[in-house]
Amino acid sequence: MRNRSIFLMTALILGFAFLYIPIFSLIFYSFNAARLATVWGGFSTKWYFELFKNEQIIDAAILSLQIATVSATVATVFGTMAGIVLTRFGRFRGRTLFTGMITAPLVMPDVITGLSLLLLFVAMELTFGWPSGRGATTIGIAHITFSMAYVAVIVQSRLAAMDESLEEAAMDLGSRPFRVLIDITLPLIAPAMLAGWLLAFTLSLDDLVIASFTSGPGASTLPMVIYSKVRLGVTPDINALATIIITVVTVGVIIAGIAMHRREKQRLRDMQMAASGNS
Amino acid sequence: MATAPGHRLSDRVANLWRAIFLVVPYAWLLAFFLIPFVIVLKISFAESLIALPPYSPLFQWAEEATLQIKLSFANFLYLTEDNLYWYGYLNSIKIAAISTVLTLIIGYPMAYGIARASSTWRNILLLLVILPFWTSFLLRIYAWMGMLNREGVINNVLIWLGLTSEPIQMMNTDFAVYLGIVYSYLPFMILPLYSTLERLDLNLNEAAMDLGSRPMRVFFDVTLPLSMPGIIAGCLLTFIPATGEYVIPALLGSPSSPMIGRVLFDEFFYNRDWPVASAVAVVMLIVLVAPIMFFQYLQSREAGAAR
Repeated sequence: MRNRSIFLMTALILGFAFLYIPIFSLIFYSFNAARLATVWGGFSTKWYFELFKNEQIIDAAILSLQIATVSATVATVFGTMAGIVLTRFGRFRGRTLFTGMITAPLVMPDVITGLSLLLLFVAMELTFGWPSGRGATTIGIAHITFSMAYVAVIVQSRLAAMDESLEEAAMDLGSRPFRVLIDITLPLIAPAMLAGWLLAFTLSLDDLVIASFTSGPGASTLPMVIYSKVRLGVTPDINALATIIITVVTVGVIIAGIAMHRREKQRLRDMQMAASGNS
Repeated sequence: MATAPGHRLSDRVANLWRAIFLVVPYAWLLAFFLIPFVIVLKISFAESLIALPPYSPLFQWAEEATLQIKLSFANFLYLTEDNLYWYGYLNSIKIAAISTVLTLIIGYPMAYGIARASSTWRNILLLLVILPFWTSFLLRIYAWMGMLNREGVINNVLIWLGLTSEPIQMMNTDFAVYLGIVYSYLPFMILPLYSTLERLDLNLNEAAMDLGSRPMRVFFDVTLPLSMPGIIAGCLLTFIPATGEYVIPALLGSPSSPMIGRVLFDEFFYNRDWPVASAVAVVMLIVLVAPIMFFQYLQSREAGAAR
C-alpha cells in the first residue's frame, strides 16, 4: 500500500515536471537580454517592448481575437442546440448521421478538415460567387464547424447527468416547452455553455492548420504569424508573447476555478438548508 | 381542458422550436462537414489541370445529352507508385502508435495518482493538467524547440553535468517528434483515464485484497480491466489526431522522416496538386475510419449504458 503511494507520488511529480519545465524555461528566457538562449545576458524586458512595436503581430492578434469571439459565440448557440437535440429529442430519422457528424470533428486530423473546407469554399465561389476570396469569414465558418462539436459534447454530458424531472414538473404545471427551455433548461446548462464557449474560444485562437487552409492572402491569424516566425528559428520576442498568453490564461483559469469552487460550496449549503427545512 | 385551441397553437409553436433546434445544427454540419468530404472525394477522382481550380470536371454532358462520368484513378495509382506516400502513411502510423503507447505509460500513473488524491488536491491537480492545454499548442511546441536545440537548455545541462562533451543532436529527429506528441496529447490521455478511474468502486479492490490478492495482482486483475473504457478513449483521442499531425513533425521532425499530414500539406501548398492532395486525404480517412467508427460505437454504447 505504502509502496504504491510512493510510486504514484513520483509519477505525479515527474509528470508535472515534464509538463511545466518547458513552459517555465520559456518564461525565464523571455527576460533574457541576450538573443541566444545559451547565454544569460542579464534581466531585461526589451523583448516585450519589441513585441509591442511589431505591428504584424498586434494586427494578427486582433484578427484572431475577433474570429475567436464570433466563432465561439455562434458555435455555442449551434452546439447547445445540437446537445439538446441529442439528449432530449429521442429517436428521429437521421439521428445516426447527426451523432456521427457531431463526434467526428473531435478526432478528425486538422489537415483533412482544412483541405476539405478549402475545396468547399472554392467550389462555392465558382458556383454562387460567395465567399469571394478567403479570409476572416471563411476561417470563422471553419472554426464554428469544428468547435460546435466540442460545445455539443459538453452540453450533452451536462444534460445527460441532469434530472429530466425538473423539466417534466414545469410542463405538468402548465409551462409551454419554450418557457421550460428558457426558465429551466438553459439556466441549468449555463455553466456547460460557458465552459463550451471558453473551449471554443481557445480552440479558435490556437488553430494553425485549418486557418492556413481557409485563409486568403490578406488575413493572417496570430498562430500563422507565430508559425512563420518560429520556422526560422528561436526568436526571443515570441518568448515574451508566450509569457503574456500563459499569464493571462493562468489568471483566468484560477479566477474561474475559485468562482466554481465558491458556487459549489454555496450549492451544498443551499441543499443542506433545504434538507433541514424539510425535516 | 377548455383551452384546446390554445394548446394546439402552443403545440405548433413547440414543434416549430423543435424543428429549428434540429434543422439549424443539422444543416450547418451537412453544409460544412459532410459536403466538403464529398467534394474531396470527387476531386480525388479528377485529373490535374494547370488552370484554376486545378482539376477537371467529373461530369460532362456529351452529345445526345448523355451524362458522361469520368473517373480517373490516376491519382490513387500515383500514390502507390511513389515511395514517398507509402513511407508517409507507414511512418505516421508507426510514430502515432509508439507515441500513443508512451503517452499511456506516462499518463496512466498520473491519472491514477490524481484519482486517488484527496478531493482538494484532486481539483488542483486536474487544473494543472488542463492548464497547459488552454495555453497555445504552437507555443508549447516552440518551448520544446528552445529546450532541444544544440545550444538549448537540455544540452547545456548535460554538458554542465559532464555527461556529454559535445551537444547531442535532438532537434529534427524522430525522438523530438515522439516527445512533442507525448507532451501535447498527455492531457487528452489523462482526462478520460481519470474520469473512469475516479468512478471505480474501491470496494472491489478491498474485496480482492481480503481474498488474499497482492496489490500488483489487484491492479492487473481488477483496476486495469475496469479502466479499459478510459484507456481506449484516451488512446483513440491520441492516436487519430497524432496520425494526421502536421505542426509537430514540421517544427521538431526531420525532413527525411515525413508524416502523412505534412506530405498532404506540402502537396497542396507547394506542389499545388489538388487532386493528389485529395487522394492522400481520402486514403488517410480510410485508414482512420476504422478507429473513428470504433470510437463512435463505444460512445453510443456508453450513452446507452448511462440511460
